Amino acid sequence: MEHYLSLFVKSMFLENMALAFFLGMCSFLACSKKVNTALGLGVAVVFVQVLTVPLNNLLLKGLLVEGALAWLHPSLAEVNLSFLAFIVFIGTIAAATQVVEMAVDRYAPGLYTTLGVFLPLIAVNCVILGGSLFMQERDYTFGESVVFGAGSGLGFALAIVAMAGIREKMKYSHVPDGLKGLGITFIVAGLMSMAFMVFSGIQL
Amino acid sequence: MAATWFGRTERQALLTPIVDNNPIAVQVLGICSALAVTTRMDKALVMGLGVILVTALANFAVSMVRNHTPGSIRIIVQLSIIASLVIVVDQILRATLYELSLELSVYVGLIITNCIVMGRAEGYAMNNPPWPSLLDGIGNGLGYALLLLVVAFAREILGAGKVFGVTILPLAKDGGWYEPNGLMLLAPSALFLVALIIWLLRTLKPSLQEKD
Repeated sequence: MEHYLSLFVKSMFLENMALAFFLGMCSFLACSKKVNTALGLGVAVVFVQVLTVPLNNLLLKGLLVEGALAWLHPSLAEVNLSFLAFIVFIGTIAAATQVVEMAVDRYAPGLYTTLGVFLPLIAVNCVILGGSLFMQERDYTFGESVVFGAGSGLGFALAIVAMAGIREKMKYSHVPDGLKGLGITFIVAGLMSMAFMVFSGIQL
Repeated sequence: MAATWFGRTERQALLTPIVDNNPIAVQVLGICSALAVTTRMDKALVMGLGVILVTALANFAVSMVRNHTPGSIRIIVQLSIIASLVIVVDQILRATLYELSLELSVYVGLIITNCIVMGRAEGYAMNNPPWPSLLDGIGNGLGYALLLLVVAFAREILGAGKVFGVTILPLAKDGGWYEPNGLMLLAPSALFLVALIIWLLRTLKPSLQEKD
């Protein structure tokens, strides 16, 4: 249990996807103009992340790693298909977002209006693919991958909502012409990233 | 024939993305990996080459099949083309530069979701013939690699006193005079450096400035 808690905190704060690994920067910058939009994207990321990281973990362990196909036929015990991981991961992610989008549209139309527009965007969000790739690189078990998915998704949501809050306030400040918009957003992200570095060294 | 191979559109496709329409600083595409791999110049160079290769070939392939791809499934078609190319790049890296590929870790795989590749495939290659698309891909890849190298140069020389791993500024702890700036090797400095580059570019070219 402690191990899972520690992993959760680590993936949410210490190794924040957006601010420590720069993943999902494109949507981090593009969708953080308003708090509502940012919140919608954040929730959608958490949702898809919790779904796809464990799913990809199952596919990786069940089909791709060396020896995973042994149940099919003993002669396949030495087959190692892990080089196919990229295409399997991205396929799962694209399919999962599509299914989630249709399901949300059918059963929760209210949620669809806030979440729906972001779901197709999320298929190409680096946070989602990055989550699955980190899961492969760090060799997480199924339980760990669920916790890691939730933690990293929440960390991204936290960062993007905080960013949107700052940007809403920033409308009233005087920014040099050349820095307006993108430039100042980068600087704010840099300062936030420094602030998040305070968490390093926390061990549960 | 030479004129038609390198006419105005082709030259434009190849050259404008390098500075005028730089994918990172102007189009704001592909920031994710740009920031993470720029602590050293050799990493940035390898990453840049990988992206040039993938963007160019993906643009070429997407453009070849553009008239046979139904609109509703085009994203998945593009993704599978890009993912296959990235697998090739990743396998080549593992075979030839194993140490470096470990350091680049997930960022090679993340070329798949790099907005430059998707953005150019969707925005240019879907509407243009293969040859200009290939050039557009090379141009955008070059623009990306150039910005990566500039950021990596600043980070490596200020953070470790080196360029491509060769000591330029002798460090104080090795008996030299340069006291390295540790912040340059950490995450935030990349964001600040890109912000400065954008500021510089937009001050030189006021037409790029954003209105609020």
